[in-house]
Amino acid sequence: MPDTPPVNILDHPTLKVVRDAFPGKRLRATEFRGQSTLIVEPADLHEVLAFLRNDPRCGYNFLSDVAGIDYLNYPAATIGRFAVVYNLACHARDDRFFVKVFLNPSLPTDGNADDPALCVDSACDLWPGAEWPEREVFDMFGIRFRNHPDLRRVLLWEDYPAHPLRKDYPLRGRGEREQYRVVDRASQ
Amino acid sequence: MGIEAALTAEGFATLQLRRVVNWARRSSLWPVPFATACCGIELMGTACSRYDLARFGAEVMRFSPRQADLLIVAGRIAVKMMPVLQRIYEQMSEPKWVISMGACASTGGVFDTYACVQGCDQFIPVDVYVPGCPPRPEQLIEGVMAIQRIVDNDGIPPMGPDGRRIPLGLVVEPTHVVRPQPVGITVGR
Ligand code: SF4
Repeated sequence: MPDTPPVNILDHPTLKVVRDAFPGKRLRATEFRGQSTLIVEPADLHEVLAFLRNDPRCGYNFLSDVAGIDYLNYPAATIGRFAVVYNLACHARDDRFFVKVFLNPSLPTDGNADDPALCVDSACDLWPGAEWPEREVFDMFGIRFRNHPDLRRVLLWEDYPAHPLRKDYPLRGRGEREQYRVVDRASQ
Repeated sequence: MGIEAALTAEGFATLQLRRVVNWARRSSLWPVPFATACCGIELMGTACSRYDLARFGAEVMRFSPRQADLLIVAGRIAVKMMPVLQRIYEQMSEPKWVISMGACASTGGVFDTYACVQGCDQFIPVDVYVPGCPPRPEQLIEGVMAIQRIVDNDGIPPMGPDGRRIPLGLVVEPTHVVRPQPVGITVGR
């Protein structure tokens, strides 16, 4: 193979199926190393995911992962600050497909404020396995999922004051690891 | 441990009660293994037959803190884990000792992040720090022996000026020299 610059040919068959099924919707697509990503508007996410799972031409019966991304200080221009990526798999065709939404915060991102702009529909009713990955995205990025059955933090403790995988959160925290009860022998 | 040699033919021995209690106590330091990470594997290796912590009377790993004398904190402590660690410490009955095993338990190690406690001695008293990542079993045994020597010589508990027990705060020197066991202990401040 000669060294040609990568070309986004976007020939994943699912892309065409989705485009034909949602003619009025704003859909974008990218490709990286043969893996196709469909970028949808946050309001359309649940509808598109349901279609990808239920339509026999797509048949993505398995949700492998849900990931959050913070694009703060990303070298290239991005559509939004945060992204949520649904990593779908079809066992019958041994095929993977990614669905991504971009979100822009409307409130300051340094605390754990309930930002209405950082909210998408949960996929738990489509794939029950979405429950814990979505909780993790909520825990780490503060992106909330509508209609999630149990949206609590999954890794950090309940009253943690921030969402630590946001890029504007300091790696060493803001003193959470220092402020704790001290037990010494005198206290017994 | 030489007791038989001191016995007379009739089977009597005269000795100080304090010394025999100390001897019994240091020969049965029962650890509670608080193994949260890779150091716990080395702790298991220390207890297994090659290094054989049983030679020092410390092989009876007690998973109930109420039956244990020695808390071995082996591994990194997430802040979410602190209530568990403190509760286990508080449930142990006096006299009790704490070994902080490995870089993570003593300082946080490479896990200098928001969720990791930077040294469990910030929140519970620690008697002996055993350095290493992970420490060799010999080093952990030296840590146990350091506590044994304190118990044997000074009795327990060593009291501070206010009459309360103070953490020993001993540091086992980092050593990579493999030597036959048991060895004289190398304890530095
Ligand atoms: S000190 Fe090293 S071996 Fe021990 S828990 Fe930390 S990383 Fe693991």
